[in-house]
Amino acid sequence: MSNKEKSSTKSPTSEPRMELLEIGSALYTTRLTTKFRNRVLWQKPNERRIEAVIPGIIQRIMAKEGDEVAAGTPLLILEAMKMRNEVLAPVAGVVRKIHVTEGEMVSKSHLLIEMD
Amino acid sequence: MSSNKKVQELKKRRKEVQQGGGEKAIQKQVAMGKMTARERIIKLLDKGSFNEYDMFVEHEARDFGMDRKKLHGDGVITGTGTIGGRPVCIFAQDFTVAGGSLGFMHARKITKIMDHSLKMRMPLIGINDSGGARIQEGVNSLAGYGEIFFRNTLASGVIPQLSVILGPCAGGAVYSPALTDFVFVVDNISKMFITGPEVIKTVLGEDISMEELGGARVHSEITGNAHFFSESEDECFDQIKSLLSYLPWSNTDVPARKEIVDPLEEFNISEIVPADKRQPYDVRNVIRAVTDGSDFFEIQESWAANMVIGFGTMNGRTIGFVANQPLVLAGVLDVDSSDKAGRFIRYCDAFNIPIVTFVDLPGYLPGVDQEHAGVIRHGAKVLYAYSEATVPKITVIIRKAYGGGYIAMNSRHLRADFVFAWPDAEVAVMGPEGAANIIFRKEIAAAEDPDQMRAQKVQEYKEKFANPYVAAAKGYIDSVIEPWETRKSLLHALDVSGEKSVGMPMKKHGIPPF
Repeated sequence: MSNKEKSSTKSPTSEPRMELLEIGSALYTTRLTTKFRNRVLWQKPNERRIEAVIPGIIQRIMAKEGDEVAAGTPLLILEAMKMRNEVLAPVAGVVRKIHVTEGEMVSKSHLLIEMD
Repeated sequence: MSSNKKVQELKKRRKEVQQGGGEKAIQKQVAMGKMTARERIIKLLDKGSFNEYDMFVEHEARDFGMDRKKLHGDGVITGTGTIGGRPVCIFAQDFTVAGGSLGFMHARKITKIMDHSLKMRMPLIGINDSGGARIQEGVNSLAGYGEIFFRNTLASGVIPQLSVILGPCAGGAVYSPALTDFVFVVDNISKMFITGPEVIKTVLGEDISMEELGGARVHSEITGNAHFFSESEDECFDQIKSLLSYLPWSNTDVPARKEIVDPLEEFNISEIVPADKRQPYDVRNVIRAVTDGSDFFEIQESWAANMVIGFGTMNGRTIGFVANQPLVLAGVLDVDSSDKAGRFIRYCDAFNIPIVTFVDLPGYLPGVDQEHAGVIRHGAKVLYAYSEATVPKITVIIRKAYGGGYIAMNSRHLRADFVFAWPDAEVAVMGPEGAANIIFRKEIAAAEDPDQMRAQKVQEYKEKFANPYVAAAKGYIDSVIEPWETRKSLLHALDVSGEKSVGMPMKKHGIPPF
């Protein structure tokens, strides 16, 4: 961040841009905050897309693409905070695509495996 | 009488300690753009008022070669002095001495001055600049932190406690500032976090700088951990002095009275607020239009800016102001703004500072993120804080007071002492647009021109309910006033509230939503 950018963010109310915000069917002219703009919109979870619930390292991958697995089958081991977490198949189905490799470091919500 | 030789010995010892960690370490401190601990104390306190305690304290650590190390003052300077002629207790961690690390005796010096401030009923100012626990002293260092936290909690609501972060403040150390009333940070100097960038990188693979993780801006804008942001240590010290000028020295004291002056003419209260309720304005100008000399000392200016809190004076007396800010997020209540207002209300209540609330809000911020972030329990903080407060509580409804927001913002129902409303005020269960959509849903759907019908119904609702008189008819509003009468009405309300006394049920303490 340059100094100029920094001083312009000192007060959120010093930012001149006005936008519209809908509350109770009325549109209000107002300034939006960075936090409001950066909020993550909720999405319905898709249990066939298996994501990392915690950041860590892919310690071992047991599943292979094309494998037909029952619900609860261990697919891979995600090591995080010194714990080896088994990631299990949430539903019965076929492992369509594995998006990680052994030794890979993944962040939270990183897509690990897609199932059909 | 002491012999000359003994006096020389004392002078020599003093000089030695005053050198802190020595020339090299001081040069390093200066290179980081920081003052030394001693310079900070001298700058902050009234000239010549500092009395140092425990200058010759030494640590007793024996392991890891510590027995051969001499740490001047054990890395912290403590004492008493005055600010604006009034006494304060102060400690400043000395980063030049073993990185300001907290050992057992270091902590003992701090807890001693804390005990003193609580016993003598004067504010405590803690200047934090420390690498953290002194690892060589092991669990004794942790014991030191624990003793400090305990005293912070004991003194909470009895004496003002100010934390000034002028360097790193990491790990467990952050919890002392977090337990105190006000936290001051300085750009590029303050750094606060529980786990630092190195650990985060090793464990989680996230690469972030100290500044981005826990710098002054982060805590002033994102986390809300800090209350006052400044560009330099000098500016920070000015903020501390300003803040103290509004505060009583303890919960049984009253703030020193300031000079009574009229608000400045440039803040014309009748011209600040647009009639269209969907148009913004800066509510801080409304506050400045009623305070002595249009003075308003804002707290947490950059965090949850949809709620404004701060101090001003009216008739020379300190008042705590709480106001919805239509300029930011339309002034909604949400997780952060509720948290911000709730704590400030409790602060005012603890220190006998009357609260004036300006209301203009469309309601709560809708969204899954808000619901899942616990807007229910956070929003409840505002209700709890207002209900519990027994200081004079005065409300001015400027424009909108809808639904739950109306109740939360110091309504009569939470035992406001006075509720004023401007003629434009709308006190209703919701805004006319939303209400018309629900009440007249069938008529609107069945109409040949639904938009025209909706507009007509909104208008009908507005005329009938969107005014202050429905609430005034029930006595929920005491008085509908013209905007220019606001200062006069507030001064009167404050005048007659001087001897306010209310009883609360006996209890150990309540269970506020945290």
